[in-house]
Amino acid sequence: MTSTKKDPVIVVLQLTGGNDYMNTVIPYNDPLYFENRPNVGYKMEDIIKVDDNLGFMPAMGPIKEMYDQGKVAVIHGIGYPDSPRSHFRSMDIWHTCEPDKVGTEGWAGRLARELDPNKENVLTAINFGHGLPRALAVPGVPVAAISDLGTYGLLTGISDQDQRAKALDLFSRMYSPTVGGSFVTDYLRSTGTEAMIGADIVKVAPERYSSNVEYPSSAIAQHLRDIAQVYMADLGTRVFYTQHASFDTHAGEYAAHPALWKDISEGVSAFFEDLKEHNTGENVIMYLFSEFGRRVRDNGSGTDHGAAGVAFAIGDGVTGGMYGEYPSREAKDLEQGDLVPNYDFRGAYTTIVEDWFGMDATPLVNGNFEKMSYLK
Amino acid sequence: MSNKEDLALMAHLMRRAGFGANRDELEALVEKGYDAVVDELVDPPEDRHGGKAELLLRYHPGVLLPGGNPVMGQANWLYNMVSTDKPLEEKMALFWHHVFATGNSKLDNCDQMLTQIEMFRELGMGNYQDLILELSRNPAMIYWLDNNENHRDAVNENWGRELLELFTMGVSNYTEVDVREASRAFTGWTITPKLPRQPYGRYPWRFEYREEDHDFEEKTFLGQSGNFNGEDIIDIVVKEPATARFICRHLYNFFVADEPQVPAWTIEPARDEEALDAMCNVFEESHYEIREVLRFMLKSDFFKEARYQKIKSPAEVVASTMKMVGSYQFPDPGLAKICREPGYMGQDILDPPSVEGWHTGSEWINSGSLLARINFVADSVTKTSLPGMQSIIGHMKSQNVTTPEELLEGCLDSMGFLALSEETRNELSNHAQAGGNMDWSDEAAAGTRIGEMMALISATTEYQFA
Repeated sequence: MTSTKKDPVIVVLQLTGGNDYMNTVIPYNDPLYFENRPNVGYKMEDIIKVDDNLGFMPAMGPIKEMYDQGKVAVIHGIGYPDSPRSHFRSMDIWHTCEPDKVGTEGWAGRLARELDPNKENVLTAINFGHGLPRALAVPGVPVAAISDLGTYGLLTGISDQDQRAKALDLFSRMYSPTVGGSFVTDYLRSTGTEAMIGADIVKVAPERYSSNVEYPSSAIAQHLRDIAQVYMADLGTRVFYTQHASFDTHAGEYAAHPALWKDISEGVSAFFEDLKEHNTGENVIMYLFSEFGRRVRDNGSGTDHGAAGVAFAIGDGVTGGMYGEYPSREAKDLEQGDLVPNYDFRGAYTTIVEDWFGMDATPLVNGNFEKMSYLK
Repeated sequence: MSNKEDLALMAHLMRRAGFGANRDELEALVEKGYDAVVDELVDPPEDRHGGKAELLLRYHPGVLLPGGNPVMGQANWLYNMVSTDKPLEEKMALFWHHVFATGNSKLDNCDQMLTQIEMFRELGMGNYQDLILELSRNPAMIYWLDNNENHRDAVNENWGRELLELFTMGVSNYTEVDVREASRAFTGWTITPKLPRQPYGRYPWRFEYREEDHDFEEKTFLGQSGNFNGEDIIDIVVKEPATARFICRHLYNFFVADEPQVPAWTIEPARDEEALDAMCNVFEESHYEIREVLRFMLKSDFFKEARYQKIKSPAEVVASTMKMVGSYQFPDPGLAKICREPGYMGQDILDPPSVEGWHTGSEWINSGSLLARINFVADSVTKTSLPGMQSIIGHMKSQNVTTPEELLEGCLDSMGFLALSEETRNELSNHAQAGGNMDWSDEAAAGTRIGEMMALISATTEYQFA
């Protein structure tokens, strides 16, 4: 199916550190879950039952509400063969779609390049956070990185607003095109101007925005609020990227993991509530993933690096439900004590690129991969 | 006080051969004389300590063996860059990291990355043949380019190919057969222990030569035949004129002026063929002593004249700014945060994007990275309480800097005797004029004004160059 949506948009939310799949979507009918999780498992009565076999962990109440409205797709057993169980290598693989060699281009950056091949909009893709994740890094593709929308801009170190306004005015004159400059200086000037235009355009977002939705104070909720503001300001941004950390729950998982999911659930719920209030939700889907799941058996206070994980797609454009199969927890089916992935992560990207953006995914994800039907 | 042109030249030398120097240091260096300074850079006196590793370890023990935490590895190296008193040794480690680009994203063993960088410190200014031989035995490199999978009965060409393509001669100077034969010569050059990481964690790797896995049959490499082992391949390849040209062009690109990206080198002539030839001669006549090429290059007119012909790398931007404003001279808490800054600007040290290393020159610049560069420097110089800024402000006060023109000049001098284009200078000068004369009766306000002027200078196109 090809999308007929006008300017579809994606928000990628990366759960950095390796989200514990089995403690997120819990196979509560399987005694092996309780057997393997004596210390960091949830009690039967606390699990939010979703269907006859699976339930969400207790902090996911707001996600469950959206699930019941048919807006949440749960993508099971996602990953790739031979997980290196290294955060950095694994995240690289998810970002570049290159499991066998070191890739240099990110899939979301390639998506931005296809969406805006002539670089008409310096804000086609934005990361909310510091720097650029490799997923967005492609040479020659302009991507903005906004750690805080309220203070984003050039020369923010100059605190006196009058002085800063003068400084920005001066900057725009120093970076205006000249005759007879060298290639490198011309390039610097045009890039500087682009950066300033981007910062200048983005500045209008908070001014244009008003909402009755109150976002929680967590870092991820604030990033999502920034994203909602930029999206609703109609600045033409198509790829939003942000992350929440750290899901690396080797120890103290029973306290840390629910807190992380509380932040995620409340933030995501507020975000879609906000879009709904402004009647702008139908063009946006959100995609949540993590670089790997965690070991089946807990280690006493947490869980160690594993393989297969779970991804989520959320939004009005999503056909909610369970997709794919939960990998077997039987000891004989595990690899090095881990759930074995049965769905290639590049298939999930392919679904998004083709069924949401209506473009050919092959060159973006480096091959042909099985899609799932979780998008309308 | 020294002549301003001498100071500007010395500032140029220290930007390129190190991570910059402050005004007092520059005065002392000019006193010593340019050629003597170059000699000390390439042959550091015995009493120099290098990076203050002990001090760093006492306050951040996590940086010693960062293992799976590459951020602590980056903190380790960045602190070495700002605390060393052998700046060229550290700069050469960065140079070789650009050329022999090895990445923690595959290794997931940052201890081994730091071991490799330490090897670059020790051998980086020595004999090129010794260096490349040690590189062939470096565990990080062996794992990075799969030579541990290069067996007598199953040849893996990854290392053999990159040795020729990226570390010695460059493309189009050898055949596919040469790649194959070189790879055969390196069979059995592996690492130990080869235990899986899971479930026990990381092991320190060591080089191991396994005779039983080495191919002892005859090989023909670049027209010579024999029962070659890896040492023989290196012995042959370092003597190739293509190798001299390739390594010297890398040195020119890193230290003198931006060249096109490496893949274009077979097509585009060098920016200064005469200079490159002269460097190649020194390389060959000294029997591949890197130190002698550096000495010749840094003392040459083509180097002295090449001011602002290179865009600073992110590592240079961050380390030189930290030195200028005097932040983290002591390994304060927060080092693990600031060491991420080069990454925000597009250079994750210890984790280059691929074995081809980073694209340099204007490719360092995009709208996101330019904003990150400018904001980082501007934020740093507007923190006027930092010791380096206090010293800059104090110096300008002692010079009784009064007029707007003196303010601008004083700031430019504090930032490495920076030269500006006439247009930029006029804009900044007009801006300074609008603020009137300096008023030292309120020293804090005067300091703020100096910090803001330096922030504006850091935002110029000129400041992006070294």
